Amino acid sequence: MYTDKVMDHFTNPRNVGEIDKADGVGEVGNASCGDIMKIFLKVEDNIITDVKFKTFGCGAAIATSSMVTEMAIGKTIDEALELSNQAVAEALDGLPAQKMHCSNLAADALHEAIKDYRDKHS
Amino acid sequence: MNRIYLDNNATTPVLPEVLEGWLPYYQGKIGNPSSVHWAGREVANAVEEARDKVAKLINCSPAEVVFISCGSEGDNMAIKGTADALKEKGNHIITTAVEHPAVLEVCQYLQKNGYDVTYLPVDKDGQLDLADLEKAITPQTILISVMWANNETGNIFPIAEIGKIAKKNKIRFHSDAVQSVGKIPVDVQEANVDLLVISGHKIGAPKGVGAIYIRRGTRMTPLLQGGHQERNRRAGTHNVAGIVGLGKACEIAAAEQKEYYRRVRSLRDKLEDGIISQVPEIKLNGTPDRDQRLPNSLNLSFAYIEGESLLLNLDMFGIAASSGSACTSGSLEPSHVMGAMCVEVTLAHSSTRFSLGRETTEEDIDKVLEVLPATVQRLREMSPLYNCGRTAEGCQTCETIRRI
Repeated sequence: MYTDKVMDHFTNPRNVGEIDKADGVGEVGNASCGDIMKIFLKVEDNIITDVKFKTFGCGAAIATSSMVTEMAIGKTIDEALELSNQAVAEALDGLPAQKMHCSNLAADALHEAIKDYRDKHS
Repeated sequence: MNRIYLDNNATTPVLPEVLEGWLPYYQGKIGNPSSVHWAGREVANAVEEARDKVAKLINCSPAEVVFISCGSEGDNMAIKGTADALKEKGNHIITTAVEHPAVLEVCQYLQKNGYDVTYLPVDKDGQLDLADLEKAITPQTILISVMWANNETGNIFPIAEIGKIAKKNKIRFHSDAVQSVGKIPVDVQEANVDLLVISGHKIGAPKGVGAIYIRRGTRMTPLLQGGHQERNRRAGTHNVAGIVGLGKACEIAAAEQKEYYRRVRSLRDKLEDGIISQVPEIKLNGTPDRDQRLPNSLNLSFAYIEGESLLLNLDMFGIAASSGSACTSGSLEPSHVMGAMCVEVTLAHSSTRFSLGRETTEEDIDKVLEVLPATVQRLREMSPLYNCGRTAEGCQTCETIRRI
C-alpha cells in the first residue's frame, strides 16, 4: 500500500520533536479526521534553519510530516511557501489515493507555521 | 521474523484436516451434486454429510441448513428475504447500531424502499438495553436482527433473552453469528432464533462458503433465483469442496469448543492483563465482564496515537492486528461501533483489536507484551496531543462519527 520511501520516513521519521522558543508554530487537521500535524520553525535571515514536527495520525501523516521538514530546511520563506502537499507526496514516490486528502497536510502545516512567524515578526 | 497472527475475527487459517478433506473434491470427485449419475451421487452424499455436521454444531435439523457463499450473503438473504416475504404483514425492522455492514447497509437499502428501521443504541461498553428493544416493537415489526457477538468489541449479546422477546411477540428473529459459532456454544433452539448465519472462513474452513439456518416453516423470498438447489431456497451450483470444508470445520469446532474456549481465553486474559498493567492511559472498548465477551477478542484504545500507525509499527515486528481507525477502512470516519459507543473521537481512531485463534501460542502473547509498550510510547512521543495538557474532546464530538 505504501511506497518504500513512505515506510522509510514512517519508521525513521526525521526531525521529530518541538523547538524551544520557535519562531513560528503551525497546526492543521482535526481529531475527527484522525490527523493533527504541528510544525515548529526556526528562522534566521529569512532562511528556515530548523524544522521539527509532532503528528497524530496514520502512516501517511507521519511520513509526509517527516518529509516536509527535510524539504523545508535551508529554504527561504518564499521558497518554503511554494512547497505544496502534492510536491511532498511526489517526494515520497506517491501516496495511496484515499490518503491524498486526509493525511497529506504537511505543507499546509508548514505554511501555517510561516504565517505565524510572519505575524510575530511583521 | 516470527509471524504472529492476531486478526482471527477477520479470517482464520484453513485447518489442516479441512484442507485434507477438501482436496479430493478438486481431484477426481468432480461431479455436480444435482446430477443423477455416479459422479453426482458421490458428491451429493458429501454435501449431505457436511449438512449434518453443521446442523449438529448449532442444534438444528439438517433440512434447516442452507449452504451459501459467505456471511454477507446470509445476512442479505435473511433480511431482504424476510422483508419481501412478510411485506403484507408489516414494514418495520429492528436491529442494532453496531451490526456488521452486511446488516446495516441492507437495512439502509430497505429504508429507501419504504421500510422503517429502528437501530437500537448501545451504552458506553457496547451493551444493549433490552427495554429499548421491547419499546421499539410495533404491530408492524416483522424482523429483529441482532448479531450474536460483535466483531469489534467481542461483546456477546443476550440472544436467548432477545429470542424470548421475539417469540412472545411472534416476530421473526435473525442473528448474524459469524463471530460466535465455534468460539462459544450456539444453540438455535435454546435461543429461539429463526435465521442464523455462519461463515466458513471464520472457523477454519475456506473463504467463499457459509451456511444459513432457516427454521422449518419460515417463509423467505430467495435472494438468488434459478436452479432448484437447496430446496429452492438458494439457486446456484454447490461449492462442493467448500461445503465439505465447512462441514469438517464445524465437526472440529463441536468436538473442540470447550478446549478452544479454555485455551484461547487464558491467552487473551494474559494479553489483556499484561497490556493494562504495562501501558498507562488506555481504554478497553467493550464490556469489562470478560464472561460476556468472546474468549478471543480484545479491543483497546491507546490515548494520543492513531490506530493505523500502531498497526504498521506492530507489523514491523510481524504482529498482525486490526484497527477501527478510519485509515484502515478507507473511509474518513472511524468505526461506527466506536461511534455508537460514544467513544471519544481520537480514542476511536486509535482502537486496536487483537483477535486470537487456535494457532495462537503463549510465545506470541509474550512477544506482543514485549513489543507493544515501547511502540506505544514511541508514537506518543511523536504526538502533538501527548503531554500538552489537552483534555479529551467532549462527547458532543461523537456525533461526528456516528453514522446511524
